Amino acid sequence: MATQQTRSLARFMMAPSVILLFIWMIVPLAFTLWFSFQQYNPLNPIRDGFVGFSNYALFYSNPAFLQSILNTLAIVVSVLVITVVGGILLAMLLDQPIWGQGIVRILVISPFFVMPPVAALVWKNMIMHPQYGVFADIARFFGADPIDWFGQHPLTAVILIVAWQWLPFATLILLTSLQSLDGEQKEAAEMDGAGFLSRFWYLTLPHMSRAITVVILIQTIFLLSVYAEILVTTNGGPGYASTNLPFLVYQKALLEFKIGQASAGGIIAVILANIVAFFVMRAVGKNLDK
Amino acid sequence: MARAVTTQHKTIATTAAWIVALLIFFPILYTIITSFKSEQEAIQGFALIPSGTTESYAEVQAQSGYFKFFLNSVILSVGSTVLALLIAVPAAWSMAFSPTKRTKDILMWMLSTKMMPAVAVLFPIYLIFRDTGLLDSRIGLTVMLMLINLPIVVWMLYTYFREIPGEILEAARMDGASLWNEIIYVLTPMAVPGIASTMLLNIILAWNEAFWTIRLTTTDAAPLTAFISSFSSPQGLFWAKLSAASTLAIAPILIMGWFSQKQLVRGLTFGAVK
Repeated sequence: MATQQTRSLARFMMAPSVILLFIWMIVPLAFTLWFSFQQYNPLNPIRDGFVGFSNYALFYSNPAFLQSILNTLAIVVSVLVITVVGGILLAMLLDQPIWGQGIVRILVISPFFVMPPVAALVWKNMIMHPQYGVFADIARFFGADPIDWFGQHPLTAVILIVAWQWLPFATLILLTSLQSLDGEQKEAAEMDGAGFLSRFWYLTLPHMSRAITVVILIQTIFLLSVYAEILVTTNGGPGYASTNLPFLVYQKALLEFKIGQASAGGIIAVILANIVAFFVMRAVGKNLDK
Repeated sequence: MARAVTTQHKTIATTAAWIVALLIFFPILYTIITSFKSEQEAIQGFALIPSGTTESYAEVQAQSGYFKFFLNSVILSVGSTVLALLIAVPAAWSMAFSPTKRTKDILMWMLSTKMMPAVAVLFPIYLIFRDTGLLDSRIGLTVMLMLINLPIVVWMLYTYFREIPGEILEAARMDGASLWNEIIYVLTPMAVPGIASTMLLNIILAWNEAFWTIRLTTTDAAPLTAFISSFSSPQGLFWAKLSAASTLAIAPILIMGWFSQKQLVRGLTFGAVK
């Protein structure tokens, strides 16, 4: 059906999006790549110049680097486990016939709409504060010593906050998937005498597998670049205890002005993200063929 | 055919669901409650009933000019979304209605730009913004947020447009409708719901974006994300004011979010889960 004319019109209509995104993707990344092989310090320009791979070596030999990678992975994996397992359980609970389902859904989904700095500050000051937080109140009520979350378990605290933000997302998507499960299939399984566990294992879980994959992949993209939550609560500390890769790159670039090292870190972050992106694209692409 | 549900089963499920839901919602609820306390009350220990004072709200505005940040958030999120729609609607349209062999590749490539970690281009963008005077400007940040969300906008619109049956277009053409009439009278009415949902979700995403909005602004263009982050280094205890500022920052988007649950699933999963 497509004539020559409509085809060139289509190209014309697509051009702005494609060109803008192309520039957006290529230009800054090219700069970063270039900087990653340079010694460049805006505050001390005397020694600027090409340095080969030494930025990567420096970044690599920085003890903070390994820790930041480990912290990044710890955040991604822990939050994924909490949100996926919690999301499945919550979705199954909300899929039951309950009174006031609409309101319950709204309450559960709400944290997702809270901007990261607010979420972080609220948890930091009102929930986890060692003196005035609700957790401290609860601990004192039971006669225990309140936990100094950000001093002693900074990474766990960050993970809890981020998990709170993403649990609603996982729940909502898994619930959507669950609701498309054929009711008759469930009934048939029940009539055949399948118990709750075997129904869950052989019917519900396989049905949700696609949605679970999507949740894992999409959350991974966002979780790899957790930033505001760390900035507002622990500022990466104590030491580097809660510094992830994005936060380390930010520190190197805008606080220490070690642009070369920061850029090398940025490139490493790109490589990490690309590994994940590869799997995301495969999953989403498969769906496009349907 | 409805499943037989016992009242007992429903009561248990309801109780469990409400307890969990209230626990999850609690930090937000407690923030709202605390915002109606005085600073003294706020640090006196756990209490669910506030005195109902609104002094914190007045003080937040008086001390920090809260409204300016709010206005910036509105301008940035709405502006970037409208800009993204203007650019994305034609693209999504042509991909949905005259797809070529490469359409899928282009869509996938667009999605891939979304996966680039922001931190990898932090310094180049910072330099470009500084040297062109865009640092702390609404225009620069609007463009930035537009670029970040453009792939999602194109994708969402594409999945909506693809559901508009092509036969209707052909029928209109047979009846002699010009391209212009086709767009105004046939396509637009069918596309409006999809465009509206896309707009809603993207305003939410832009409103909550908390990397570029914090790093590329200082005062003039700073939206609520930057404003709230400035509370992170506390000078004294001001739980009530913090709560009031937080409540104001999340309220509009929370309400919008409640209306966009369905679109959220679709938009954030790139149409993979509906």
